[in-house]
Parts: sequence; structure tokens; C-alpha cells
Amino acid sequence: MIKKRKVVAAALAATFLATTAASAAVQLRFECAQDGNECDTMMAIFKKFEATHPDIQVKMDLVPYKAILENLPVDLAAGTGPDMAKITDLGGLHKYYLDLAPYVDKAALEKDFGKTLDWYRAGPNDKGIYGIQTQLTITGAFINKTLFDQAKVAVPGKDATWDDWAKAARAVAKATGTKYPMAMDRTGHRFAGMAMPYGAKYFDAKGNPEMNDPGFAAAAKQFVAWNNDGTMDRNVWAGQGGASYADATKEFINGELVFYYSGSWQIQKFAKQIGDAFDWEVMPAPCGPAGPGHCSGMPGGSGVVGFKSTKHPKEVAELLAFLAQPANYSELEAKSLNIPANATVATAGVKYEGVTPAASKALNAFSAQVPTISPVGYAFQGYKNNRAMFNITVKRLTQAIVGEMSVDEALKRMDADLKEAVAASK
Amino acid sequence: MLKLITPFMQIVDVPMRALQGLLGPRRLAWVFLLPNLFVFGFFTFLPVILNFFYATTGSDHILLQDRPFVGMTNFGQLMNCQSYLDPNTCQIDVFWRAVHNTLWFIVLQVGFMVVFSMITALILNRKIRARGFFRAVFFFPVLLSPVVVALVWKWILQDQGALNAVLDYLGYPTVNWLLSPTWAFAWSIFLSVWFHMGFYTLILLAGLQAIPRDVYEAAAMDAASPWRVFRKITLPLLMPTMVVVMVLALIKGVQTFDEIYAFTGGGPGSATTLVIQYIYQNGFSAAPRLFGLASAASILVAIVLVALTAVQLWITRRNANG
Amino acid sequence: MTPFLTRTRGRQRLHWTDWLAYAYLCLGVLLMFGPVLWLVISSFKTERELQHYPPRLLPYVQKMEKVPGYSDPLPVFKVTAGPLAGQEVAQVRRIGIVSQVVRPDAPQTIVKVPIKDRKPVEHVALATSNYAKLFKRFNFFQFFYNSTFITVVATIITLLINSMAAFALSKYDFRGRGTVMALIIGTLMIPPTVVLVPLFLIVRDFGMIDTLWGVIIPGAATPTGVFLLRQYMLTIPDEILDAARMDKASEWKIYWRIILPLSAPALAVLAILSIMWRWNDFLWPLIALQRQEHFTLQLALNSFRGEFNTDWASLLAMTVLTLVPIVAVFAFLQKYIATGIASTGGK
Repeated sequence: MIKKRKVVAAALAATFLATTAASAAVQLRFECAQDGNECDTMMAIFKKFEATHPDIQVKMDLVPYKAILENLPVDLAAGTGPDMAKITDLGGLHKYYLDLAPYVDKAALEKDFGKTLDWYRAGPNDKGIYGIQTQLTITGAFINKTLFDQAKVAVPGKDATWDDWAKAARAVAKATGTKYPMAMDRTGHRFAGMAMPYGAKYFDAKGNPEMNDPGFAAAAKQFVAWNNDGTMDRNVWAGQGGASYADATKEFINGELVFYYSGSWQIQKFAKQIGDAFDWEVMPAPCGPAGPGHCSGMPGGSGVVGFKSTKHPKEVAELLAFLAQPANYSELEAKSLNIPANATVATAGVKYEGVTPAASKALNAFSAQVPTISPVGYAFQGYKNNRAMFNITVKRLTQAIVGEMSVDEALKRMDADLKEAVAASK
Repeated sequence: MLKLITPFMQIVDVPMRALQGLLGPRRLAWVFLLPNLFVFGFFTFLPVILNFFYATTGSDHILLQDRPFVGMTNFGQLMNCQSYLDPNTCQIDVFWRAVHNTLWFIVLQVGFMVVFSMITALILNRKIRARGFFRAVFFFPVLLSPVVVALVWKWILQDQGALNAVLDYLGYPTVNWLLSPTWAFAWSIFLSVWFHMGFYTLILLAGLQAIPRDVYEAAAMDAASPWRVFRKITLPLLMPTMVVVMVLALIKGVQTFDEIYAFTGGGPGSATTLVIQYIYQNGFSAAPRLFGLASAASILVAIVLVALTAVQLWITRRNANG
Repeated sequence: MTPFLTRTRGRQRLHWTDWLAYAYLCLGVLLMFGPVLWLVISSFKTERELQHYPPRLLPYVQKMEKVPGYSDPLPVFKVTAGPLAGQEVAQVRRIGIVSQVVRPDAPQTIVKVPIKDRKPVEHVALATSNYAKLFKRFNFFQFFYNSTFITVVATIITLLINSMAAFALSKYDFRGRGTVMALIIGTLMIPPTVVLVPLFLIVRDFGMIDTLWGVIIPGAATPTGVFLLRQYMLTIPDEILDAARMDKASEWKIYWRIILPLSAPALAVLAILSIMWRWNDFLWPLIALQRQEHFTLQLALNSFRGEFNTDWASLLAMTVLTLVPIVAVFAFLQKYIATGIASTGGK
């Protein structure tokens, strides 16, 4: 017993010493949730920064994504948040951001990150610089090319509409005995990638959010119909409740899905897990019923921000500026297999590390879609209540799919939900 | 272990003796209560009180001082229904769906729980080989974390899960269990019974073992039929234990959240959304965060729960007296 | 049906109800253990195998073979139709729906086989790297220490203050006792999930956010514990206490010399309940703890869940490791539980 106590005492003393030693320098806490290796890669870059700034130490807290989504807002409101974090609710957390502008080369960042900087801002008059978009994602379509080959069905071309894709996917599934023709991730963000081509505007003429325009309704009706006639893999949306996320990665990897509407972040996983089992490709954004010119994916992704509550604003700003430097940023994208949001890096091209030819082709296909993203998508991605809108879409559309209410009723409820959410956020 | 406890207790004895001299043995009771009341007051009772303030304020701000007072609006919204039997006519339809689901859930879950833990306890009470082992097996799931339980069963039941693989192998048609509202609900009840049954079995088993042997021997002398023995001896003598089981099962039933949330996410649609999940989702997890509405809902649930328990305790007391 | 409902049967030959009972028990073992056993087996599967459909019981990996003339080992397939039917071949590459394969004994001649006419050759292999990765990736022992510290300290505090309160509520008659009891039973009903935000703010004002104490203290005054212990202590005869008082024992001494030892079975039950709650707790530590060096095993385990991807292989391995200590504790405390509940439940 006595021996044990001594060990415990020694351990406690050691911990104490360790913490005091660490607190001698400026310590920055970085909260991060990881999908592949992006947090680890960022830390590797921060280590380089530490090498030239011996007084600064970055500590990463690797958390479940749930913590970023649910707990971080509470922490920030209560004043117990970290110094910086990798976040996805870009517009919603605006009020807690640290403005980096006073500490960094504003012009350089403006030049490199032009469009994505707006996502972190309060509005058009806000000129602050708040975050570095570390991961730019685009929603898009993956197809199982091998199944198309086996079915001898021609792959629809560049201006193919959603309807064309549905027809082709059904034909392929029928010919090859594949279980599911199409699937879409269970989130309002992915649905926006279908709704926008159908003409959804998400904002009215005055810039207020809305979800009852004819374009959105048409997409919603079509989507529900496809879920009920077997075109869409029903498990993904109807198998869940509330706003929970669900995907169809497993079905796609097992070759049971012809057409999968997901996004650029899947590439790393597909490359690793599909391996040689079949050929898969990324297709250009499907178009709406109006045809060419109405084809757009939905942009998204995550970025690193500093928070106002930090005691070391200057150090945080310097660190983020360091991460944004083309050389470092390029390394981050190359290792984590993401599409760069940094214009300089994008123009120079990223040499992705350790990727298969299929993955590299897919990454390029997605990069090529960046210019075609509709302005609606950009505006929507930066809107502070977009999370609420995504969740409302998912919740109500699912209710329509499983038959708890009609599509019209669901659309009406969405509108009411949205009004309440907007009122609550004032 | 004891070597550590004894000196600690002896040290505490000194001030306690002094206090006893000061207050007298009777008021010393409060000193014994104090540590528990302190923790309880600040971390259980105070949050409940604060919840009232959240329920009467609006907006999605987290700090109370930022939230505008809205009076009873949140309660009004929740109760705004044309018919409480049809959630589609309610302003907050999901809340009422959750209420309906929860009612069905507790009726069925408590029923199955009592029946199955009773059967299991009766069997485990027989003279069987390896009784300790079997007893441990049935208690085992209680040790698991809700997330793990949900994860495992989800794998088994999903469209491409183990159960369908087995059915397919045996040549039966597969069923997409989690996609049908009825099946998903049934499996949620199953999962919940599977998860908690061991605990209640143990309580009942203990109750069975406390029944004196000679009562049965007397019955055997009278050559009473075993079914009669069960009805006339076992069941009445087990009644107090049964009441404990039912009260606990009911309370835990209403509080069910983690495992079902991780299992179905409340779906398909809102077929397995229970009240606590509704509160959690609105107040904490997903935007829009309507804390006011969530707190109001939690207060309504608490009122119903307290009323239910009062009724139950009243029945228990009546039984005990009669 | 009937003897089965009464007590025990002690004949030499097995009655048909005994068969029924054993059948029920065996089904029970399958149903209770099966899923967890599968979880354990799955934790030895590769990520690829975890995604496989239909799911298979054992962890398989594809056979790879070194073929002269190729630098990397090639995947081995069995051909099911065509001229090579029945033979094992190594695949060099696949183009579209045609696979180019070689026979290991003739590595130069490439043969074309349609992909639907080949099946991968697989064998069972444990992916122990799932576990090795955990220890490499982060400081597993730190999380283990935090979890253990929280569980042990919280359980001790819970046992101490709950038993003190239960002693006061069962053995003293004082004004306000009814009110305190009603409050405790009332809050027995309220699940902590619904008061997360106010609780968070209170704990913050105590300065306990991001400390292990912020996890330990708020849940220490469990209403269930007080209720359980009080019911048990009511059965201890007052005469014993009075005798001790005659001997001039202080009230505190009565509490720890008489009441505590006599309540040992109930304390054992509360101990295992508390250990279970604390060890598996996830929602509250997720809110209360922020720095990774304070994380518990449950938090670390869930950090394998990203926005889009979950690292199932690591998550499952971690889950199994987290299960081991609690099962061990249960095995140790098991025998106390039955006797403990025997005396609490019935009253």
C-alpha cells in the first residue's frame, strides 16, 4: 500500500512539473476533429512554426466531431473555449471570431483566399479576416464505372440532368442486378447540391432566407418520389431520424450502388478501400431540368479560426498566417488530399502524395468544378443559419419520405421552422 | 483498504464529536446530510430551477442574461394542438409524436421487461448447473455502454447486417428492419429490454431467494398444484420486489435516451423519437437550438413523472398497509 | 409448465421442464453474449473487411503472393469459369471488366479473365495492428489513468456522502426529513440529459470546467444511491444503535463502526452501479472536459468519429480495451451483488 502511494505521489509530482514547464511558454490550444489525417498534418506544420518561435507551443485536443458541433458553441458562449479550432459552422460562430486583420498581411490573404473569406464574415460590409479555409469541399457525383461497362450503358455526358442520371443509373442497376441505383448523403447540404440546379434560391429578393420557392419544392418532390420508387437507396434518409447524418459509403465500396451523390472528402476513403475492386469516377455536376447552365455543386468544408477570448491574439494570428502560406498550405492539401481554397496554391497545382491514379483523377475532376459553383451556393455556405436550414430540410423531407406527412405539408412545416429559427437567432 | 479507512474515520470523529456536543445528536442529522445536500443542491436541484428560467425566455442565446423574457410562449407553442391524439395538427408536431412514442414505449417496454426478467429469475432460481455462470451472462449487457449496445445491434439489424445475412443464407426473405417504422420501434423495445433486463432479473432473483423455504415445504405437504403454489405463494410474497422493479423500470423507461438515439437516431422519420431525445436535440445538439422550447418540454415531462410516481407510491403504500 | 413456476426440482433424471429451462438459458447465452463476442471478433478485422457485405464472422484478408518478376506481392484469385477454371491465379492488373492474371508457375504469360469469373482467395488473419495503432497514436495510459481516477474517486465520494445522508434519513427523526426525501425522490425522475446547459454554467462558475473534479463532483449525490441505501438501513434494528449509545459511542462512530459494515451488501451494489455509470459516461465528460490530457477513455474512443468518416477499426479495438476493466471489476464484485440486492429490493 505504502509503495503504491509513493508511486502515485511521484506521478502527481511529475504531472505538476510537466504542466509548469509547459506554461512557461505561450501555449495555444487547438481543438480539432479528424476525418482522415488533416489534424495530424496541421500539427506537423505547426511544429515547424514552433521551431522558429520557441516561446510558442501548440497543443492539439483531438475531439469527436460531435464536440465541435454541439459543445464548442456552448464553451464559447460561456467563455471557456480554446484559442483556436477547426470548425464547419463557418457563419454561425462569427460572433466569437478573432479578427486577424491587425496582425497579418491582409492583402496577401485577400488575394489567396478571396471568396472563402466571406463565409466567416458577418455581412457584405465586414472586411475582417477571421479564418483560413483548410478544406474546400464540393458536393458531387461518384459513379461505379465498372457497372456501367458491364451493363453496356453509356455514361451520361457533361450536361446530363439529374433525370438523365436517374434513368441511366436505373438501367445499369437493372442490367447488372445491383441493389441501389442512386444514393445521397443524409444532410441538407448535399440536398442543396440537387436543389440549386432545380432552381432553389434559398434567399428571397431582400436577402432573407426562404425554403418555399418553386425550385426547392420541385427538387423536394422529385427526391421524395425517387426515394419511394426505389431509385434512391432509401436506407440513407429514411433509416434515420432527427438531423442525424448518414451516408452510403459502405454500399458504394461494396459495389452495390451505381451513382452516389456525396462529396470530395470521400476520395481518400474510396481510394484506400475500393482498391482494385472496381473503377470509380467523379462526374461533372448534374444539371437541373432547365439543362446546361444550371449545374452546380454545393461548396463547403472546414476552416481554422482563432477566437476572441484567446489571451494571445497575436500568436494565434501569426500561426494561422503561417498555415496559410502557400508552401505550408500546399503541403497540408497534398497530404490530406483536399482541394485547395488558396488561389496561389490552386493555380500552381497540388502534388497529392501517395494517391492512386483514380484518386488523382477524381481530385482534379472536383477542382475543375470549383469555377462552376453557383453564387447561391457561396451565399448559402456563408449564411449563419445554414446549419438550421440543413437540419430542417433533413428532418422534414424524411418525414415526407416515410409518409408521416405529405411533401406539401413538409414544405409548409419547413417554412414555419425556418421562421422560428431565424427569429430565435436575432 | 480498511487500513486507510480507519485513520480517516478516526480523524473525522474528532470534529464530529465536538459538533455533537454543540448541536445534540438530533440536529447532528443535518451534519450527516450536509455534504450530500450541498452537491445535490448545486448540481441537481439548481439546474432544475434554472430550467424554469430557460423555459420562460426565448432566442438561441445560451447565457440567461442574454435571453429575452417571453413568458409562457414556449409552453403555449408546445400545447398548441387541435387534437392531442393527432400530432399532425400540433404546432410542434415532433414533440407530440415523441410523447405518443414514449407512452407506447414505456407500456410495452415495462411489460416485456417485467415478464422476461420474471421468467429468467424463475429459471435461474431452479437447481441448475453452472448457475453462477448463467446469472453472470444475463447481467453482462448491463455493463456495456449505451453507445456500444446501439452500435452492435445496428450492425446486426441494418439492411446489410448480420441478421439479414443469416436469413439470406437460410433462404428466407430479408427484411429491412430499421426502415420500417413498426419494426424499428419493436427492435428499440427489444434492445432496451436486452440491455437492462439483467438488472431487474437480479432484483427479482434476490426477492425469490428471500422467500423462506418452509413455506414451500408446507405447500408440498398439502400437495398443492405447482401453478397454485406460484399464484398463491410465490407471487404475493414477491409483490414488494415487483413494485420496486416496476417503479424503477417505469422511471428508467421514460428516461430512455442514449441507446435508442445511437441506435436509430429517432428514425425512421420520427418513429422512435422519444421525449428525452426531442429535448436533447432541441436544446443541445442540432441547430436551431431552441433552449426555451426544450426546457419547457422538460418541465412538462417532469410534472407528468412526478404525478406518476406519486400515484405509484400511493399504490405501494396502500398495498403495504393492506 | 407448472413445476417450472415454483422453486427448485432436485430429482436425478431431468424432467422435461429442466430441458426447457436449459434451452432457455442456452438461447440466453447466445443472445446476451453473441453480439458482444461479435464485437470482439470484429475489432480484429481490417477496415476493408468491416465494410464487407455480407458480414462474415471471422476476419478474412485476401491472400497475397509473391510472383517472380513483380516487385509487389499480387492478390490471388480463384478462377470459376473458362479454360483456367478451378485454378489459383495472381492478378497483375485489372482494366475495366477484364482482369489480367498469371499462373504462379508461369509468371510470364498473361491471361485475360472476365472479372465476374474470378473469386478472391481469402484466409483468416487477425488485424492486431488495430490495437498496436492505438498505443502508437496517443497516450492511452493517460486516458486510462483519467478514467480510473474519475471512477475510483467518484465512487468513493458517492459511497461516503450517500451513506451519510441515508444514515441521517433512516435513523433520525428530525423536522424537514419528509421534505428532503421528497426532493430526492423527485429528482430521481429527472434525467441529467435535460439540464446539460444550466449544469454546465454552474460547474463553470465553480471553476471546475476542464478538471477531473468537474466530472466527479456534480454526479456524486446520486438520488438512486441515497434511496437504495436508506431502504437498506431501515432494516437495521434500532436496538443495536441504542446499545452502542449506552456505551457512549459517538454518532459518527455508530455510523462507521455499525451502520457501514452492516450495509456492506447495499454498498457493494451502489459501488458497482457507480463504477458502471462513471466508466461508461460520455455526454457529461464531453462537455466538462476540454483538454486532451484530461480526456477519459470514452472521449478518446469517440474521437475516432469525424465529420464524415469513422475509423471503425480503431474505434472497435478501443471499445474492447475499455470493456476489459469493467468486466474484471464485475467478476470481482459479482458475488456481493445478488446478496446485496436481496436485502434492498424487497423492502
